[in-house]
Amino acid sequence: MSVTTLAPILRPLVKTPPRDVAGPAFTALTGLAAGLIVLMVAIILGNVAWFGAGTMTWEFLSGTPKHGMTAGGIFPAIFGTAALVILMVVALVPFGVGAAIYLHEYARPDAWLTRAVRFSVSNLAGVPSIVFGLFGLGFFIQFVGRHIDRMAGLDVVWGQPALIWAALTLALLNLPVVIVTAEEALRTVPRDMREASLALGATRWQTIRTVLLPQAMPGILTGAILSVSRGAGEVAPILFTGAAYFLPYLPTSPTDQFMELGYHIYVLSTQSPDVDATKPLLYGTVLVLLLLTLLLNLTAILLRARMRARLAGRA
Amino acid sequence: MPTEAHAGGVAGARLGTMRSPMEPPATIEPLVTMEPPMTMEPPASVPPIAGIPGATPPMLDTRDYSLFYGTHQALRQVTLEVARHSVTAIIGPSGCGKSTLLRSFNRMNDLIPGVRTEGQVRIGGRPVDATDVVELRRRVGMVFQRPNPFPKSIFDNVAFGLRMLGLKDRAELEARVEASLRRAAIWEEVKDRLERSALQLSGGQQQRVCIARCLAVEPEVILMDEPASALDPTATARIEELVLNLKTAYTILVVTHNMQQAARVSDHTVFMLNGELIEHDETPRLFTSPRQKLTEDYITGRFG
Repeated sequence: MSVTTLAPILRPLVKTPPRDVAGPAFTALTGLAAGLIVLMVAIILGNVAWFGAGTMTWEFLSGTPKHGMTAGGIFPAIFGTAALVILMVVALVPFGVGAAIYLHEYARPDAWLTRAVRFSVSNLAGVPSIVFGLFGLGFFIQFVGRHIDRMAGLDVVWGQPALIWAALTLALLNLPVVIVTAEEALRTVPRDMREASLALGATRWQTIRTVLLPQAMPGILTGAILSVSRGAGEVAPILFTGAAYFLPYLPTSPTDQFMELGYHIYVLSTQSPDVDATKPLLYGTVLVLLLLTLLLNLTAILLRARMRARLAGRA
Repeated sequence: MPTEAHAGGVAGARLGTMRSPMEPPATIEPLVTMEPPMTMEPPASVPPIAGIPGATPPMLDTRDYSLFYGTHQALRQVTLEVARHSVTAIIGPSGCGKSTLLRSFNRMNDLIPGVRTEGQVRIGGRPVDATDVVELRRRVGMVFQRPNPFPKSIFDNVAFGLRMLGLKDRAELEARVEASLRRAAIWEEVKDRLERSALQLSGGQQQRVCIARCLAVEPEVILMDEPASALDPTATARIEELVLNLKTAYTILVVTHNMQQAARVSDHTVFMLNGELIEHDETPRLFTSPRQKLTEDYITGRFG
């Protein structure tokens, strides 16, 4: 490199920059937007905790609704929600992860089938949940369920609203979330991990099973966590497919109907014969739903943290 | 041959399931009987000059081999022969196609969409494309630029390839893992923490674990893609020493940016430029009296 003289500057730059007015204003606006979120969460949680805490008795948690739901507990709804969410995850995660593996590992990115699948996934994510409810009623109950009954020569066992159909409908609703997060998780596994495995003579499937999936598991769990939070709170999809207004017993078979916290909240807040008597129960039910979701999330988050630590070689 | 072929008393004590003291790694019976039986040739103490047809068939060879990434041609009619039990270094500036050539021998380029090839790549005289890719990759091991152990224990890393082959017997796995770690000259450093994560090791140790992982499935050829470029000088020296030891039993192909390294470890050196093989000769001759002007310019630092 040879040394050259610098080209001359035409005229001096403006010495004092103009006063920055927009900057602080935008800082304030964005700060306000962020602060509002915290405020709203605080109001919701505070309100629910304040009015709901008093209802948290053992009788409330373990009893069944009494006197037209103006007294008693919500245990059937807690049990039903847990059963629903667990069944949903069992159906959802293998299906969603399978689809993600296909999309990421096997599908040719520009094949029409791949594009059709991606198009379907992104559109599925935009379908309103009430439509899923109607779909569940039409497809799972009236089509699949009735055909099972007819072929098995049963009266009406499968062809009616039931826990299994509600869980499958919810699973369908959450499928896009799980597929997208699982695919993202597979994508973040470093390429040299895949190459190391293949270069050792592992087959493609062996590589997926022993290298990619274990490393993608924390990300897959994130998808499952999101779907659990959403699944526990959605009412519309289970309205027609299995949730019961009131049941004095617990579901013991996938073909039973069940009570669910979200639906129970709806029932308490709209169908009560005595609003004032129901109010504490309503607050208590909301609090339980929030706590249950929180508990499920917390479990999954701890599990994920442990997996991450192990992958990073710290455990 | 391993450098430390002594009986591992400590090892035997640690690996409690093994009744007899460890025997030298070399005596462990071959994992899979191979066809064709190409381990029968006499030890080539002085490797025949590649490129000149000798008595022994080349371990690896390419003939008019071209490779395209879409429309970009990465390799141009490369013809190369690699002798058995020798170290061949491939040098050249970035983007000259040396890694691409290396990855042709275990078909890692198959993973990249839009790759098209012409000509032939052969292992032991057989086209690699006609070989089952899983079998090929077991016979042709690979060590990568960045140490890439799996986020598993040291033991599980080295046992990985064996388990993929269906080996389940714990005692045999332990024996083979130890033998591989010994061959990779890392056994003494890790024997007391085989169940710890391989990610806790230093970069140089990780790379030797990766070499052990590759040796465990008993390859005939080891491809090394700049195996020391991410390591410090001490770790680099250990890897180079290891390469010199391993060549008595394996055919090694090393891609390197470092010409001193090529001069130190290799019997033959290949110089590549813009996808073309410019010169291939015995290492001392290539570095002292190159026949091609381009080679001379490169090794004297005029470009690259």
